[in-house]
Amino acid sequence: MVKARKERLSGWGNYPVQSGYVFRPEHLDELKQIVTAKEYSSYIAYGLGRSYGDTPLNRGAGVIGTSRLNHFIDFDEQTCFLTCEAGVTLHEIIDVFLPRGYYLPVTPGTKMVTVGGAIANDVHGKNHHVDGTFCEFVASFDLLTASGEIITCTRDRHADIFWATVGGIGLTGLILRATFKLIPVETAYINVRYEKASNLDEAFAKFQADADFTYSVAWIDCLASGDSLGKSVLMRGDHARVDDLPASIVDPLKPADKFKLKMPIHAPGMALNYYSISAFNKLYYGMYKDEDKLVEQSSFFHPLDAITDWNKMYGKNGFIQYQAVFPKHNNPKEGLRKLLTKLSDARRSSFLAVLKSSGPWNGGLLSFPVEGYTLALDIPIKDDGLFPFLRELDELVLDYGGRVYLAKDSSLEISAFQEMYPTWEDFLDVKEKVDPGHLFSSSMGRRLGLSK
Amino acid sequence: MGSILVLGANSTIAQATVRKLTDKGKHFILTSRDPSQLEDLKNDINIRSQVDVQVREFDALDFAGHKAFFDDVVGSVDVLDGVLLMYGAMDDQKLAEHDFAVARNMIDVNYTSAVSMLNIAANYFEQRGAGFICAVSSVAGDRGRKSNYIYGSTKAGLSVYLQGLRNRLHRAGVHVITIKPGMVDTKMTYGLVEPGPLLADPVTVGRDIANGITARREVVYTPWFWLIIMGIIKLIPEKIFKRTDL
Repeated sequence: MVKARKERLSGWGNYPVQSGYVFRPEHLDELKQIVTAKEYSSYIAYGLGRSYGDTPLNRGAGVIGTSRLNHFIDFDEQTCFLTCEAGVTLHEIIDVFLPRGYYLPVTPGTKMVTVGGAIANDVHGKNHHVDGTFCEFVASFDLLTASGEIITCTRDRHADIFWATVGGIGLTGLILRATFKLIPVETAYINVRYEKASNLDEAFAKFQADADFTYSVAWIDCLASGDSLGKSVLMRGDHARVDDLPASIVDPLKPADKFKLKMPIHAPGMALNYYSISAFNKLYYGMYKDEDKLVEQSSFFHPLDAITDWNKMYGKNGFIQYQAVFPKHNNPKEGLRKLLTKLSDARRSSFLAVLKSSGPWNGGLLSFPVEGYTLALDIPIKDDGLFPFLRELDELVLDYGGRVYLAKDSSLEISAFQEMYPTWEDFLDVKEKVDPGHLFSSSMGRRLGLSK
Repeated sequence: MGSILVLGANSTIAQATVRKLTDKGKHFILTSRDPSQLEDLKNDINIRSQVDVQVREFDALDFAGHKAFFDDVVGSVDVLDGVLLMYGAMDDQKLAEHDFAVARNMIDVNYTSAVSMLNIAANYFEQRGAGFICAVSSVAGDRGRKSNYIYGSTKAGLSVYLQGLRNRLHRAGVHVITIKPGMVDTKMTYGLVEPGPLLADPVTVGRDIANGITARREVVYTPWFWLIIMGIIKLIPEKIFKRTDL
């Protein structure tokens, strides 16, 4: 029998922490044995633990670590389609394929994400307004279902299961392998335009003025208030071509070797307070000036990956990342302004928040992005007062027809969830069809009424 | 370009080692008792490193078939650069104390089959005047302890065999490397050994093995601190050691 190890697990936010029985299969037949043996009441996949809350947790039940199911299966240079197992990380894909002139079509703010996790959370990046989510580039995936059967899902075959699994937080079955498209690039560099905006109006105006950048993001100082509410640095760019590079760069496709820092221990709770964060934000804002610059891909896409375990910065109690989208048709600027004012008034100190524009919803039943603007920010957990405050934020987001991102969530209430994701019933229909016994379940699934 | 024959490529350590070795641009012949288990690794290595990978069936206990197997491998490649022996059997000590079949299986897999296979490889490389032989022994072979001395003695035999082989082949320019891993976080130890500082990541072990081959080291303890741990354990007088509970 395949053995499990009891472990205390958490997501990237270090909250909540729950025990589970963790398996770590290395072959498909071990995985099948685990699922058919039904030693525990239910199972959920755990990749690299970069979703923030309880998405990959399963209190007192089975957790299937996918880190050793990490083989590349096939790559077609003509079509750029890559097939690999679910445990392959975006980091490995960049390492293997960037030197050959291919890049990820969509990458979130960290490359420490598995392919399975990228599908189950339907991750997006700085190009969502142009290219959509990661799953836009996924042609098919194999799913191990509760019956022990492996089904290949595409937009045509098992389409209902496909759209329930895209963003489906692992509740439809175990994603075994996926086929998705890489994009050709000439260099490992991004041409970035940096522009400062002194408030939210200016940031919006600049976002809309020249919208032809592939990648686009703004870092907002959440502590700025009054006239400078929404003070931000816009960073927008495109993949650089060989002609854009100076002659000093010999190998245009070579990813830069960077010195890595590591956060060795949890920072003491007092290290981050209103004053230290405010000082940091001011310093950060002062560091930038309006300019065009050539930037190596990892510093543009994955700046925080340079500090291993940066989540420990927020101390032992962990932190919440709150990410919400405000739909385009519902006065998103006003919604964002209210949200930023609320944060600033409450002095719930956060480092810079990330503002991005997002394109249309892709039809994934639990997929997060809808057309509009998304804001993501970190809030350290210092007291129990945070959770009622988050519920107030949920109310505000709902007032503007928005929703929060499940990959970041750990405390949303079921009623708010159902209002935010009106297709939740369609999801449950597919869930009942493909997993009537709820063999796949998670702490998040139970909290949101999506699994038993 | 040269090729490397990997005997027992299905282990966690073998996979980590091969992934590291492909950086050096070698082709591979991966073998296992059940070659269908190697298809994923074959594709993986092929895509990651764009080298040729063959998969073959190999049964360590089919002593009579070893020569024909080896000749077949040699005939299928341009140049055979080296042999990596990565398989092993570790059964329960208590079981092996009461059931000789269990003890014998460890002896045959870990020692007898290695002698049979490596004799053939040694003769081939000696005649060619080039090549390397690398085999995975264990720190358990450095000193017998009540908790695993039957397994340990098979690895002790292998270690001494490799010592002698190294001595014999040195003049012919053939390099022999003995790998002595400590506890490694593999499917064999998962759920049995608590994770801790002594439980090594197979990626570290694979890197140490690949570097040991490149640097033409003689004996590689991996992770490195086992050299110190075993150095101390070997110094304890038998009079005292026999009373311990290791």
